[in-house]
Amino acid sequence: MTATVGAGPSPPQGSTGPRPATRRNVELMLVLLASGIILALSVSVEAALDREITINSLYLPLGLGGVFLVAHLAVRFLAPYADPVILPCVALLNGLGVTFIGRLSLSEVSDDYVGQGMRQWFWTIAAVTFFSAVLFFVRDHRMLSRFAYTFGLVGVVLVMIPAVLPARFSTINGAKLWIIVPGVGQIQPGEFAKLALMVFFASYLVAKRDVLSLASKRVVGVDLPRGRDLGPVVAAWLASLMVLIFERDLGTSLMYFGIFVVMLYIATERTSWLLIGLGLFALGAYSAYKVVGRVEDRVSIWLDPFAQRDGNGYQLVQSLFGLGTGGLFGTGPGAGQPESVPFASSDFIISTIGEETGLFGLGAVLTLYMVIAARGIRASLDVRDSFGKLLAGGLAFSIGLQVFVIVGGVSKLIPLTGLTTPFLSFGGSSLMANWCLIALMLRVSDAGRRPTAVNMPVQLRHAPTEVVRL
Amino acid sequence: MNAPLRKVAIAVFVLFGLLFANLNYVQFFQGDELRRDPTNQRVQLQEYERQRGSIVVDGQAIATSKETNGRLKYLRTYPAPALYPHVTGFASPRFGEAGIERSEDAVLSGNDDRLFVRRVSEIITGRRPKGGNVVLTLNRQVQQAAFEALQNRKGAIAALDPQTGEILAMVSGPAYDPNNLASHDPDVEKRAWDQLNANPDKPLLNRALRQTYPPGSTFKVIVSAAALKDGATAETRVPSPLQYTAPQTTKPIENFSGSSCGGESVTLLRALTVSCNTAYAKLGVELGSDKVTSMAREFGFEDEKLSVPLSVAPSRLGDIPDPPSLAQSSIGQRDVRMTPLQGAMIAGAVANNGTLMRPYLVREVQAPDRSPLDTTDPQEMSQPLNAQQAGELQKMMQSVVQRGTGKQARISGVEVGGKTGTAEDGDQRQDHSWFICYAIVDGEAVGAVAVVLENAGTSSSSTAAIARQVLQSIVKNRGPR
Repeated sequence: MTATVGAGPSPPQGSTGPRPATRRNVELMLVLLASGIILALSVSVEAALDREITINSLYLPLGLGGVFLVAHLAVRFLAPYADPVILPCVALLNGLGVTFIGRLSLSEVSDDYVGQGMRQWFWTIAAVTFFSAVLFFVRDHRMLSRFAYTFGLVGVVLVMIPAVLPARFSTINGAKLWIIVPGVGQIQPGEFAKLALMVFFASYLVAKRDVLSLASKRVVGVDLPRGRDLGPVVAAWLASLMVLIFERDLGTSLMYFGIFVVMLYIATERTSWLLIGLGLFALGAYSAYKVVGRVEDRVSIWLDPFAQRDGNGYQLVQSLFGLGTGGLFGTGPGAGQPESVPFASSDFIISTIGEETGLFGLGAVLTLYMVIAARGIRASLDVRDSFGKLLAGGLAFSIGLQVFVIVGGVSKLIPLTGLTTPFLSFGGSSLMANWCLIALMLRVSDAGRRPTAVNMPVQLRHAPTEVVRL
Repeated sequence: MNAPLRKVAIAVFVLFGLLFANLNYVQFFQGDELRRDPTNQRVQLQEYERQRGSIVVDGQAIATSKETNGRLKYLRTYPAPALYPHVTGFASPRFGEAGIERSEDAVLSGNDDRLFVRRVSEIITGRRPKGGNVVLTLNRQVQQAAFEALQNRKGAIAALDPQTGEILAMVSGPAYDPNNLASHDPDVEKRAWDQLNANPDKPLLNRALRQTYPPGSTFKVIVSAAALKDGATAETRVPSPLQYTAPQTTKPIENFSGSSCGGESVTLLRALTVSCNTAYAKLGVELGSDKVTSMAREFGFEDEKLSVPLSVAPSRLGDIPDPPSLAQSSIGQRDVRMTPLQGAMIAGAVANNGTLMRPYLVREVQAPDRSPLDTTDPQEMSQPLNAQQAGELQKMMQSVVQRGTGKQARISGVEVGGKTGTAEDGDQRQDHSWFICYAIVDGEAVGAVAVVLENAGTSSSSTAAIARQVLQSIVKNRGPR
């Protein structure tokens, strides 16, 4: 990563051009397109719900468009070489979330955009501000690794706070995941802890990966690590189990452990870690199933939600009804009955979108996530330092895993766990943390795509040793 | 690190592929099933967005939708719940519809094609579309009289206008309160549903249309009609032994408590007046099963498709393979079964000079603004007898009321004809009791009534008395025109 200035060949074409394209104008167009889609969606929601179109339906989407333009400007000035597709995808998802949350509160409350839709809009402003601040203060992602242990400690503390707080200050709907300040509000520290821990994992694993890559013996074609090197993975596993037991949250626990194991795998390139991780996961899942009643409930609901359609299975059954009613094309924005599903604006926002925009709409939403995850991986492939690679890979995978766990949960692919849907679910903590995640991803992407004096693709092709190995 | 990163990317693609595949399964392959699941309220919630039309009797709504503040925008209300439960049926958020609410659902909910143009114009003008109204043929006073006469006992009353087929009253006992089933409180709704379904008296069953009973001696009217059509008159003498043993059997048929019908042979008029079993069993066998069967069909038996538009259970003759079973069937036993409405249709056809009018309950379907969309016209269903034969049968049935088993139905100044019936309901329980009758005022048939009391014993006097109250109300409120 310390390529000598001027040593490489000049760019094969456009060498006369003033400087390589940042592709920021592409991003601007895509952000405008996303805002336009949100505007059209918002208008059609109001037309369907109120049977008339007023100027009110325009404020929120126009405001959102403004917020996203600010985000675009932040990228333009602070991370000019970052991937131009990620931000528009995030903007579109966030806008969809605000619109559908607004639509849900609209059908419940009155004819004005009050309630959750408005609040989510404010959260979007806060999140984009946070996003810009992260881009501003973190000018080089590598500086994060200098504070790796601080981040690790902060992450662990954030995870633990809800567990040690009395239920009154930490429990909402049975999940002990919150810090509640009575009269002020609540935050979900786990969302931020996830980021802090990923920074820590990335830094820690880069430092230790030589040790962790050591194999002691080969069993059935798999190189197993030495017993004493199992420490970190077992520690992560135990920590995840603690989260599960003390915070009664299957989804978060699964997320932490999954992210850790995959980052371990990326760092060491050893499939054995994946297998060990899967084994530990199976063991943990099985004992949790046996010991933690909540987990057993979730599994039995998953196996046959319709058997308990009026009881524990109610949420999932309603979610499936919503998805099924939506069918291929959906009932149309504003024309469905998504408020039939409990927590329609948070855990089950996907069912809401699936009901009103159908399989095609959900397919588009999933594609947006897939693009974000793929571009995140792309960024990690582009960037030259190991820490950046590992961090971006972890961030991208965490988005993909989280979407898989929650969408799979509401559509009965896997047992339902309470996770937020990134950028879509109602809630400030999740929104801010995920915008922060995107800021880090863009920061790494910016670093990877920023032209040194060397033309990058050429250098990558010709420099297999350090870059590819590390 | 690039190799594992690429593999992770592939893994993420695989996970998303699983999501896609599963969503295809849930939303596409399973979609219809999920959409139609009875506990999926979405379609219904959609329906409650629109004000459902009213069901109207004599200008008054007997089912109407009131605006609420809840999630379901309109509450279905039945202002006179005891009086019409089996007519209106119910529209329940959870348990669907029954009765007129079901058969006329398209109009009431506003989905009917005849309302399409209005629906479009309402969307354009921004008004909330409403459902259409359904106006019934029932007469409020007659229905009230029938309800009071039945006193919520297990049984049913059907009354119709013989000249048009309009159903004037339809009561089934025991009644139930449809308001509970229409409740938006799921607990109230569920409890009412469970209780009604657990009730051994089956309050939800509309006995007037959906329950068939052995007709007993009322079936003798049909055998009489077959004989009259075959050339007999009221004065034709028929053998009336104390016992009659049909060919191919040794088991004799006797009269009620073994009594005599008034000699070894009696006139047809007398045979019906005293409800002579042996005479009718023998008469039926001599006419043959073809004539008896075809006459019963002329009167409406074995009609699989009759609907008013509530669907009517077909009245059945059952298999009549040999003379003994024909003998049994001719006195309304064995496998013969009929609905109370069928009973009223028989009496009505006799009163209407032999012409059976198609019974109907919906007079008019209206748009939300009460302009008519569709009106039901009286329709001839069949002509079992000609006027002269029907006149003979009227003589016989009036004799039953004047001098025979139906004296309780007499109304001074009105020609009332009728026929009693007693049907066995197994060995353990009391018999069902029937009465079918009609009223003619100034030569015009004004009403036909059938009454069934379940397990009421042999006291046909009470069914005749019930029928009389209903007939009286018809005469007072309807005829002569």
